[in-house]
Amino acid sequence: MKGILTICRKELADHFSSTRFILLFYLILMVSLVTAFMVGSGLRDELKDVAKPTFVFLMLFTSPGKLFSLIQFIAIFGPLMGIILGFDAINRERSARTLSKLVSQPIYRDAIINGKFLAGLVTIIVLLLAIILMISGLGLLLIGVVPGPEEIMRLFIYFVISVFYIAFWLGISILFSVAFRSMATSALAAIACWIFFSFFVAMGASVLADVISPIDPTRAANNPELIIDHEQTRKIISLFSPMTLYSEATTIILDPLRKTTQSLLLMGPMERLSISRFQNPLPLSESIYIVFPHLISLFAITLVCFAISYASFLRQEVRST
Amino acid sequence: MNGELVIETQDLTKVYGEQVAVDHLNLKIYQGEVFGFLGPNGAGKTTTLLMLLGLSEPTSGKARVCGFDPTREPLKIKRIVGYLPENVGFYDDLNAQQNLLYISRLNGIPDEVAVEKIKELLKIVDLEVDPRKKLGEYSRGMRQRLGIAEVLLKDPQVVFLDEPTLGLDPDGSRQMLELIRSLSQEKKITVFFSSHLLDQVQKISTRVGIMIKGQMVAIGKIEDLAKEKFGIGQEKYTLEEVYMKYFQEGVS
Repeated sequence: MKGILTICRKELADHFSSTRFILLFYLILMVSLVTAFMVGSGLRDELKDVAKPTFVFLMLFTSPGKLFSLIQFIAIFGPLMGIILGFDAINRERSARTLSKLVSQPIYRDAIINGKFLAGLVTIIVLLLAIILMISGLGLLLIGVVPGPEEIMRLFIYFVISVFYIAFWLGISILFSVAFRSMATSALAAIACWIFFSFFVAMGASVLADVISPIDPTRAANNPELIIDHEQTRKIISLFSPMTLYSEATTIILDPLRKTTQSLLLMGPMERLSISRFQNPLPLSESIYIVFPHLISLFAITLVCFAISYASFLRQEVRST
Repeated sequence: MNGELVIETQDLTKVYGEQVAVDHLNLKIYQGEVFGFLGPNGAGKTTTLLMLLGLSEPTSGKARVCGFDPTREPLKIKRIVGYLPENVGFYDDLNAQQNLLYISRLNGIPDEVAVEKIKELLKIVDLEVDPRKKLGEYSRGMRQRLGIAEVLLKDPQVVFLDEPTLGLDPDGSRQMLELIRSLSQEKKITVFFSSHLLDQVQKISTRVGIMIKGQMVAIGKIEDLAKEKFGIGQEKYTLEEVYMKYFQEGVS
């Protein structure tokens, strides 16, 4: 345990002093300022003449404003944060020849990889907390609504889901840093994975659904089940994308008026007028009930990913060259 | 040969796929010895070191280091055995003290103790460090000395040095050898080192072992090995002559 903490401490110091973290920090700072401002001022105009809807505070995070909302931003760029924090975890030590030295110290070998994962996790938590607090603070200033206890609860759940989502990508990139000796290869492989799972799976899902349960136009007219089948297949396949899992889960949690689990990503302000909204917000327990499978899946893939890298790191031969 | 048995192996074997890296190695090393481990590249020297440290699992055979089994109790061995890998690496963005402090923390040495110890060790290896200088700016020789300081940090009973003089200038390697000799004489540390520079090995080793293609073809004092190969008649011999003789026989 002491070994893990020592490694974690060193890695944290490395993370917080590295150039890439400083870049990441400014990026995040800028994004949270911009989103908070855009959303805040947009909301103020929108809410001017209407009765105050419930959960205004949460709209700070979900309303797309003029460009994008925070949850869209995290869904798309959160993985990049995870990848940046982890892609060179092990192979940097290997290429600097410090790995063989590290494993000859009296610590368990898994302390190295656990410590690195833990340090990445702490960094993610700090970054996300900073963003959420910054947006909340600016939101308070701009629209002047105070969050209620349920809103804070929902925000907290959102925070936990986001940490797991980014930690999944941290796990993937650490896995690649164990598998590939070159840092460039592991970074590229992780980014390729990110693009594939985030964008292509969603696109490929409808194509695959066409193949698996095709809609025959002659029969579909009096057979609506075909269309439902098709839609269900598409949904199941698209759930293979962690981004879909994440954005569905967070949308439900943060926007209790939504009727569908469809992500906010492709929806504009028109969505607010559509029929896919409840008259009254869902209670928190119901929202959690809906997203529970999503949560479990996110948690599971993060664990699986870390477990694979853990196992392969423990089995790897340590040669000084 | 007196003193306690520190390293002992019995038919230690390591096979990588088809290739036998270390073939039924039997070895006994006693406390306070400076054991020179010789052999061509790829003979299995580093593999042997890794197995003795518990960093690599033997395919078959047994090893004991200071009474512990490397496969079962690697942590106990790592606590008392220092290992200087070939071309030791450091964290280039930290300075010398920070590098050593990290390793001492991993060894569970409290920071207050470690700071004093690091000062002392840097003096022993004769390294003047500028705290503003990061490791990235260090020369090869300075890194190697720092490596020795790092190995000594945990007060080892045994040190494994893999090519400690590789890439050092003549004066640097002479100092390194002096240091190794003083370790064994003053601190009673058992030194197990591998090298290609035979005249240097001859200067400081109490015994040598020659490993070729995974097999220990000769082990003993240099004069005994020479006697065996050249007969008693030859007064003057160098380790190089002895080594080449074994090498030619071993390879052919």
